[in-house]
Amino acid sequence: MDETARKKLDLNRREMPKQTPEVRRHNFNEVALGYLDETAVEEAKRCLQCRKPKCMSKCPVEIEIPRFIKCIAEKDFSRGAGILKQKNVLPAVCGRVCPQEEQCEGGCVLGKKGGQIAIGRLERFLADWEASQGEMRKPEIARSTGRKVAVVGGGPAGLTVAGDLIKLGHQVTIFEALHMMGGVLSYGIPEFRLPKAIVNREVEYMRSLGVEMVTDFVVGRTRSTESILEEYDAMFIGAGAGLPWFMNIPGENLNGVYSANEYLTRMNLMKGFLFPDYHTPIKQHRRVVVVGGGNVAMDCARTALRLGAESRIVYRRSREELPARLEEVENAEEEGVVFDLLTLPTKYIGDDNGWVREMECLKMKLGEPDASGRRRPIPIEGSDTKISVDAVICAVGNSPNPLLSATTPGLKTRKNGTILADEETGKTSMDKVWAGGDVVTGAATVILAMGAGRKAARSMHEYLSTF
Amino acid sequence: MFRVIATRMLVPNMHLLVVEAPAVARRMMPGQFVILRASEDGERIPLSVSNWDAEEGTLTIVFMNVGFTTARLASLQAGMTIPTVVGPLGNPTEIDSYGTVLCLGGCYGIGSIFPIARALREAGNTVITVMEARSSYLFYWEEELRDVSNRLVQITRDGTKGLRGHVGRLEEIISTSQDPINRIIINGCTFLLKRGSDVSRPLGIKTVVSLNPIMIDGTGMCGVCRVTVGSMTRFACVDGPDFDGHEVDWPELLQRRKMYMSEEVVPLRTSRCEEHSAIARKMSHG
Repeated sequence: MDETARKKLDLNRREMPKQTPEVRRHNFNEVALGYLDETAVEEAKRCLQCRKPKCMSKCPVEIEIPRFIKCIAEKDFSRGAGILKQKNVLPAVCGRVCPQEEQCEGGCVLGKKGGQIAIGRLERFLADWEASQGEMRKPEIARSTGRKVAVVGGGPAGLTVAGDLIKLGHQVTIFEALHMMGGVLSYGIPEFRLPKAIVNREVEYMRSLGVEMVTDFVVGRTRSTESILEEYDAMFIGAGAGLPWFMNIPGENLNGVYSANEYLTRMNLMKGFLFPDYHTPIKQHRRVVVVGGGNVAMDCARTALRLGAESRIVYRRSREELPARLEEVENAEEEGVVFDLLTLPTKYIGDDNGWVREMECLKMKLGEPDASGRRRPIPIEGSDTKISVDAVICAVGNSPNPLLSATTPGLKTRKNGTILADEETGKTSMDKVWAGGDVVTGAATVILAMGAGRKAARSMHEYLSTF
Repeated sequence: MFRVIATRMLVPNMHLLVVEAPAVARRMMPGQFVILRASEDGERIPLSVSNWDAEEGTLTIVFMNVGFTTARLASLQAGMTIPTVVGPLGNPTEIDSYGTVLCLGGCYGIGSIFPIARALREAGNTVITVMEARSSYLFYWEEELRDVSNRLVQITRDGTKGLRGHVGRLEEIISTSQDPINRIIINGCTFLLKRGSDVSRPLGIKTVVSLNPIMIDGTGMCGVCRVTVGSMTRFACVDGPDFDGHEVDWPELLQRRKMYMSEEVVPLRTSRCEEHSAIARKMSHG
């Protein structure tokens, strides 16, 4: 560290250009625009190239961060992209949606002085640079082992497993229930945060490596788990957390009350924002309330805003406890989403035609910390308020879809519906079956699902190499 | 892509589609449905399956031309493909030896009740099938249904065939039946399901209805198909589509079905000349 310590520290984290809030609130184009070459190089040059890099140890997929940053600093983008891709099959996605502040960037030593390296932006830069060069570089693929692996679910966990195992010479087939690959990357995260062209690019790359992809195929329905296991040597379940939660309060089945899944699926997977060019209908709402404070809630609120509605977040704790990434909260605020914090919906009221028109809420105050470590919200008596609405989007969480476990008797699950799997290996209670991602942890992040996929792939490879 | 084997208009506005979907056909059971898309920019719609051939790998679907997507499906011709046919979705209709079962079908449900009646008959039940329509010219599959039923009864609103009237006539069909009816199964429009359940409720006969709310994914992911049954919220796609007709909150279901009515007509407000000529060109080039 002596040498680097002597170098004058550059704490000026380079900004990434964005569409201005006034402009972007009227379109679905990506908000962040990415670094130019020279900005990326400047940012990369700030990296101290620590001998024991803390950023790397905080990356769930173990990317060799200082090495790829060094390549950018030396303007060897091609080599940098290669290093990135060794460990991350979806770099353009992760560079956009990972919570870097809690992971790699949270470990950066420069962060102590407020100037942590913008690792996510650099990752995104390299991935986009490579894509702009046309042909994507393909990794070395091991000689065929003759082993067949089935992956259930084409989301981040499944794609990671497929990417890792195909490189090791196994034959991989992904079964996806929807008509598009990508899982939450396709149906959940909106275009303005993760353009679908980028998801498709990454998926096509995987296909070019030889991963077979079967869409419109619901494992458990179209074919049983048992029958698939007769044909394949191993299976990975990465079916995600697709079952939407509601709050079980009066009026939740009124017209105009959506689950976040429905709202986002209509918009993203079905491209409802392009209705009627795409045929899935959407309503023109004027006053939309999104209930919840996570990234999904922010995505819904910002989508509603872009469709011309007045958009509000109703959340029962304070701003500090919002589970969404700070960056997304700030983006939403800048764009004009109104935050009704410390507010709990208690009832929805409809008109004569069964459409939601009003919601009743209670104001809350914060008490002692609860099991989650966050201060518990306590209702203030007599604080009832009413908000006039014509749509409510319930974004209070998801749990795994019970369809697969219900149709697979041998698979052990926890009370909350998540699949029981070893934390280190992803091995489930069932012979030859691994699982990972939201289906095991409950709703979490893209990168944690990818991390779980990486670990499972390692364990699966070990198993597949034993016979 | 899924290949269209045949399309045909059965009776005015009621169409038949035979599509190749081998994996789905292998697993299909009476009472299940599929979700399909007619085109890449199309919406996902749920349709009941009226017959299938596991060996040929085909599904036979009867549907009414009521909106943009069904109009597109109706315009398909043999040899063309559609991008999505996924299933079989939902729980199969419970088939057991009940004694005497009355199967009531109206609209597309005349088609989708067929495999249910067949399975019930095979399970040893006495099957009374009731077909309901506005007029006799809307009946199809009479012979097919007669083949799998012990008795076939028809009701037409205008009296051009069978009993004159509406589904209220069910009451006398039940009361004049030689054997007591042990179970009623209804497929068809929501109104038919509701009225049929209204008739059987005071008679205390278990009545199973196949609900058809709005759906997107059909696998329990979006929740738009939620219905209140026995004061509990259920997802019709994974908990159903069959429910006890005496427990369904019908006003809520009828309202929820109307949710996108004003939007659904928007894509219909074009002549679609371009699309039709594109199809014609495609066909003429083989």
